Amino acid sequence: METLERILSAHQFFQGLEPRHLALLVGCATNVRFAADEFMLRTGAEANQFFLIREGKVALEINAPGRVPIIVQTLHENEILGWSWLIPPYHWHFDARAVKPTRAVALDGKCMRTKCEADHDLGYELLKRFAHIIEERLQQTRLQLLDVYGTPTR
Amino acid sequence: MNAAAANCLAPRPCRIRRVLRESHDTFTLELHAGDGIDGFAFKPGQFNMLYVFGVGEVPISVSSDPTRPDLLLHTTRAVGVVTQAMRRLRRGASIGVRGPFGTPWPIEHATGRDVVLIAGGIGLAPLRPVLYEIAAHRKDFGTVALLYGARSPEDMLFRRELQRWGTADAIDVFATVDRAMGPWPGHVGVVTGLIPRASFDPMNTVAMICGPEVMMRFSAAGLRQRGMPLDAIYLSMERNMKCAVGFCGHCQFGPSFVCKDGPVFAYEHIKRLLELREI
Repeated sequence: METLERILSAHQFFQGLEPRHLALLVGCATNVRFAADEFMLRTGAEANQFFLIREGKVALEINAPGRVPIIVQTLHENEILGWSWLIPPYHWHFDARAVKPTRAVALDGKCMRTKCEADHDLGYELLKRFAHIIEERLQQTRLQLLDVYGTPTR
Repeated sequence: MNAAAANCLAPRPCRIRRVLRESHDTFTLELHAGDGIDGFAFKPGQFNMLYVFGVGEVPISVSSDPTRPDLLLHTTRAVGVVTQAMRRLRRGASIGVRGPFGTPWPIEHATGRDVVLIAGGIGLAPLRPVLYEIAAHRKDFGTVALLYGARSPEDMLFRRELQRWGTADAIDVFATVDRAMGPWPGHVGVVTGLIPRASFDPMNTVAMICGPEVMMRFSAAGLRQRGMPLDAIYLSMERNMKCAVGFCGHCQFGPSFVCKDGPVFAYEHIKRLLELREI
C-alpha cells in the first residue's frame, strides 16, 4: 500500500521538498475520494483544507441565483485545489465539484498554518509554491478576460 | 506587370457545392474540381483569396485535405461585410478563387519528430490540413498533440473530427473552452493551460500555432517554458491582405509582407514584432 509520504513526495506540487518538511506535512494529510457530481467545497464555507488532486477532474464554479452555474476552470491530476486556507478570513470563494470520480489528498489548513508558523522555512517554501500557482492562475484569468476568441470590434 | 503576375490577380469563377454551418458564426464553403477549376493543389497553411462578386475579396486559409485536390474547403467566421455576404451564398452560386498563396506549415521539418499543434478559435481551420497530412503519414511522426481552445462548447469546430483524430489517428487531442455552463464534461481554462499536460520531447518537437495574436504569444511563451527552442516554433499570422502577392503593401508586418513571406513565420523571426504595441 502506498504511504501518504510517498504520495505527497510524488505529487508535482511537493517535488523537491526537503524530507523533514514532507514528514511534517504528512501529519496534516488524509486520503479522500469524491463521487462524480459531489461538491468538494462550497462558496462561503470555512476554508480549512486544500487538495492535491491525484486522479479525476474538478470544476470550479461560480453560482449566481437564477442562473446556471458557470464553470470557470477545471482542475486535473497533479494540480492543486484551494488556497483560501492561507488567507484570512479563510472562506471559499467558489464551489468545487468533482466532474468525475476524484481521488485526492486533503491537507488540513489549521494544521498546515500551525506548522508553517512553527517552522518559517517550511512556511516560506510553501508560500513560494502557492505564489507560483496563484500567478499562473492570475495570468490565465487575464487571458480569459481578454475573450480572445470573441468577435473583434474597433 | 507580366502575364504571370496579371494571371495571379485574376479570380477564377467556381461553383459552390455546399455551405456547411460549423457554429453560430462560422461556416465552411465546399468547392469541387470540375465546377470551374481543374484541381486545387495547395500546401497546408496556404490561403486563397475568395471574391464575392460585387462585394469584395478576402483571404481565407484552406481547411481541406491536401491529399484530395478534388475538394477545396474554406472555413471562416462571418465577421465583416464580405464574409457575411459569403455566408449568404448557396449551392450553385459562383465565387471567385485566386491562389493558393503564402508559406506553408513546416511539415517536412517535423518529420521524425514530435509535433504540437496549438489552435485557438477559428485558428483550427488553417491547422486542419496539417492534421490530415499527419494522419495520412502517421508513422512518419513521433507523438502528436493537438491543443485546441475555443470560447465556449458551442463554438468548438470540427467536433466529429476532433474525436476521430484522437481515436483513429493516435493524436493526443486536448480541447478546452474559456467558460462553460451546465453539464459540460470537458476542460475549462485557457489553451495555454494545456501545454504542461501534453506529452512531447521539447528538444525534438516542432510546434505550429494558429489563433489570435495574444493567444499565440502566450502559447509560444508556454512552449519556451517547457524548454522548446525558438527555432522549432511556427506561427500563422493574420493581416489585411489585398493583392496576396506582395505588390500592394497592405499586409506589411515589419520588414515582411504576410501574404508572401507568411502567413506561416518562424517564431524566432517575428518574436520581437509580436511584443511591440505598434509597428
